[in-house]
Amino acid sequence: MKRTVFRNRWLPYLLVLPQVLVTIVFFVWPAGKSLYLSVFKSPPFGGHDVFVGLDNFVTLLGDREYYESVLNSFVFAAGVTGICTIGGLVVAVLANQKIRGLAVYRTGLLWPYGIAPAVSGIIFLFIFHPAYGVLPYFLSFVTAYEFNWLLKGWVAMTLVIVATSWTHLGYNIAFFLAGLQAIPTSVMEAASVDGASPLRKFTSIIVPLISPVTFYLVVVNMVFAFFNAFPVIHAVTQGGPGNATEIMVFKLWKDGFVGLNLGSSAAQSVILMAVVVLLTMLQFRFAEKRVTY
Amino acid sequence: MRIATSRLLPALALAAAVVVALPGAALARTEISWWHAMTGALGDAVDAQVKQFNESQTEYEVKPVRKGTYPETLTAAIAAYRQKNPPHIVQVFEVGTQTMMLSGAVYPVWELMRDNEIKIDWNDFIKPVVGYYTKDGKLYSMPYNSSTPIFYYNKDAFKKAGLDPEKPPKTWPEVEADARKIIAAGGAKCGFSTGWPSWTMVENMHATHDQPFASKHNGFDAVDGVELLINREFGLKHIGALNAWQKDNIYSYGGRQGAADPKFVNGDCAMYIQSSAVITGFTKSIKFDWGTGELPHWGPPYKKATSIIGGATLWVLKGKPQAEYRGVARFLEFLAKPEQQMWWHVNTGYLAISNTAVRNLEQGYHFVKNPKQYTAFAQLTGLSPTPPAALRDKKTAPAKPERVATPNSQGLRLGNFVQIRDVIEGELENIFAGKRTVKQGLDEAVAKSNALLREFAATYKQ
Amino acid sequence: MSDARTTTATVIDGAAVAARPRPTVTVLSAERERPRRPFDWTTLLVHAALLLSVAVIAFPLYYAFVISTQALDEVIQKPPRLLPSTHLVENYVQAWRTSGMARLLVNSAIVAIGVAVGKISISMLSAFAIVYFRFRGASLVFWMIFLTLMLPIPVRILPTYEVVGDLGWLNTYAGLTVPLMASATATFLFRQFYLTIPNELAEAAQLDGAGPLRFLISFLLPLSWANIAALFVVLFIYGWNEYFWPLLITNTEEMRTVVIGLERLIPRSGTELPTWNLIMAGAMMALIPPVAVILFMQRWFVKGLIESEK
Repeated sequence: MKRTVFRNRWLPYLLVLPQVLVTIVFFVWPAGKSLYLSVFKSPPFGGHDVFVGLDNFVTLLGDREYYESVLNSFVFAAGVTGICTIGGLVVAVLANQKIRGLAVYRTGLLWPYGIAPAVSGIIFLFIFHPAYGVLPYFLSFVTAYEFNWLLKGWVAMTLVIVATSWTHLGYNIAFFLAGLQAIPTSVMEAASVDGASPLRKFTSIIVPLISPVTFYLVVVNMVFAFFNAFPVIHAVTQGGPGNATEIMVFKLWKDGFVGLNLGSSAAQSVILMAVVVLLTMLQFRFAEKRVTY
Repeated sequence: MRIATSRLLPALALAAAVVVALPGAALARTEISWWHAMTGALGDAVDAQVKQFNESQTEYEVKPVRKGTYPETLTAAIAAYRQKNPPHIVQVFEVGTQTMMLSGAVYPVWELMRDNEIKIDWNDFIKPVVGYYTKDGKLYSMPYNSSTPIFYYNKDAFKKAGLDPEKPPKTWPEVEADARKIIAAGGAKCGFSTGWPSWTMVENMHATHDQPFASKHNGFDAVDGVELLINREFGLKHIGALNAWQKDNIYSYGGRQGAADPKFVNGDCAMYIQSSAVITGFTKSIKFDWGTGELPHWGPPYKKATSIIGGATLWVLKGKPQAEYRGVARFLEFLAKPEQQMWWHVNTGYLAISNTAVRNLEQGYHFVKNPKQYTAFAQLTGLSPTPPAALRDKKTAPAKPERVATPNSQGLRLGNFVQIRDVIEGELENIFAGKRTVKQGLDEAVAKSNALLREFAATYKQ
Repeated sequence: MSDARTTTATVIDGAAVAARPRPTVTVLSAERERPRRPFDWTTLLVHAALLLSVAVIAFPLYYAFVISTQALDEVIQKPPRLLPSTHLVENYVQAWRTSGMARLLVNSAIVAIGVAVGKISISMLSAFAIVYFRFRGASLVFWMIFLTLMLPIPVRILPTYEVVGDLGWLNTYAGLTVPLMASATATFLFRQFYLTIPNELAEAAQLDGAGPLRFLISFLLPLSWANIAALFVVLFIYGWNEYFWPLLITNTEEMRTVVIGLERLIPRSGTELPTWNLIMAGAMMALIPPVAVILFMQRWFVKGLIESEK
């Protein structure tokens, strides 16, 4: 689509300057520094950096634990993105119905995104706590199976996915609601007059119409799950049991900031950057073809 | 701009003159920054102790700043050091010892004291504590909060099972037998659980049985070529026993660090192995009658050796004006005083680590009144775990050591120890969850740890 | 697919039309038709589903609140007590005191508002430049900003810390806020939004002789305020809840934010029993402001959306 543009020699540069400046100083430069660190072994307190070429990468790619963390990341991201995007859309569509008490429901659904992931992690840790948590307590009446996330990897993974999704669902609901409200009532009414079933309205009107929002949210959820979900893992499972919830970012942080292995940590961030850049670009390409603005 | 400056200057000069003219004492106090990782009640105790120091003199003011967890505190200190603006003092956990010693960023405590002509009788300090932080006979960091794992048991559950509540089991077979009786009698759902699994069940079990945890004298003698030795006969025996006991709930794994505490506090498990520093917390929260005992032992042919410590020490970082280090030295001297040791012990539950302080506590009947607090001292010094009730009674023969201090029980000095502990605990979880056999799990832990040790050695190679 | 495309196109036109006042009569009559329809069992189902969603979503918070009103021995008792107890005041007072809550809340407010306002401003400007100008390096700028989406703090925290230290920004509000302003999400969203604004608007503005800044202020800004409001809520919360950055770059109690201060209540060493009741009380205090912002802004935000639809 050809867009109308303004003509000005310097104004666009001035407009992007603050953003570009902050980006270069706080993003591009530190990212470059990570790239630099990834080919060295550096004692944490500084001093003599030893150039090791691609050693850090070789070690990493020969380490089974690293692949476990990659797999965990994808399971985690898929879980969080799935719950948040689908759950968010379904709940938002429900909340967007013309029914009584709508405002109350909407309020009741929107608030959790105000909760810090770390705080959510603390709350869910308590709810799932094998010794005094309310959930294992009630589940013990239903089944003898021990839902002990301190030992069972999948329970721990479920726990962190749920705790992360809880904080992030509200964000999805809010954005979907905004998208749904932008759909003119006339379109929905026309569909109703045509006798379209609610399900048909959902699949053939709502889903395509809010696809830009969906696209945005899927990207955001993935990135969120890959990076910002850290506090939940940190507060609740610390990557355990075994390495069952050790996602890539957690491992990166752990090796770098707990283990003080700066070289390996930098190598991991370089790989992570590459993977996510690739992932997002693919998704962006793919989505831009299908999504109409 | 220029006009403004010229107008401003006289005003500034005046202000400066006023400042200079003010009585010096209040203004000239040199600030000593101290980054630590003590939270909650412990953080309050730190603040209170610092307040005492600040009020005890007028030259220096120590400013404690809590920087998060131990790893976060260390990371922050490293970043600040690289930034050339480090704190004077940073609290580092015991597993960071090797990293600190090799960092080149540390002003060793012995050197600091020598330079400031302050004499502290380190021989008065409990060996296993000071030894952990000593290299070539010289102390590198100031022991601050130290503890050691001990045995906790629920006396009510023991009574219910018809066991003598004053006789905690001393050997692992006794633990097993007592656990079976207690579970059968309905005294508890599980026999025992553990906190800090690697520290209590692997590191300390090797030490108290005089088994090497790692080669090269547990890493004390070299950085290069150190390897873990936990997958040998003893390691397989002990972890194998834990794994087998899980099936009958004699042992119940409860997670890392203090995650299993509630299992004991709730009465779910009748016995528990955890840091001696939780006594204060347990005293507040446990409703039933409980007691402490020494760590269970497998008996002969293994020697009975002293346990090793955990906790943290204070490291002094380089990069500050020399004059300010005098204040640091004064503060550390303050912390080393017996009355401060006693105050810290009574208020936090961490060990008082000078013999004088321990003696003073004994004379004040502290241990008679708080026998639980004695267990850890006894275990570290090798004495009988019974508190010296008859201390006044000079006729009593001096207590005979029951445990010996051996090279294997001196401590551990490994690079990348934080990750190694993490690896060990991860593999323990894999074993207990049935994902790996005991042998596979421990072999895996050793292989991964050795890779970390090699990595560490490579980083510190010139 | 082609069906969907046609519909989409209609809707985008519809949205453009929607920006102008529509005869209200249509809307009203549509509203009036509703009650005449026979009672729909799906409505009941929707109510039930919504109630369930609300309950499920609210439970964790309710439970946290319950814990915050209990004494420690009630917290760890079995069966778990699901009703509030009587220790609310003392727990909150103690949590407030031990954490120095007043100062923490002020700091968090400054950081959250600073981050939100800063991010919205610079993102709006750069998105405007990217969409409404052709300039050399525009796509480079766009991709550079876009790539920052993938470089969140954990990936680059140590080098970033060094930069902030070099600027002398440790323990300052600038250090707490400016590095957080450079995320791509807001730019991305504004770009997406500007792209949905029909070309005719810019054409009309140019015909009116409006310059780019005039167009931004008088045309785009009024259209954007719903987005700004939505973004403000999101970014305020982002700033409020940021955990790592403030922890690393502040090392004085006076500069701490509330999420970090809350962390002070959590014993991590494992050598003392967690005072869950105080932790939950602190958590409630830390989460009330951002949740209040959502509740308060939500009305405003929904109203804005509805109004632009008329």
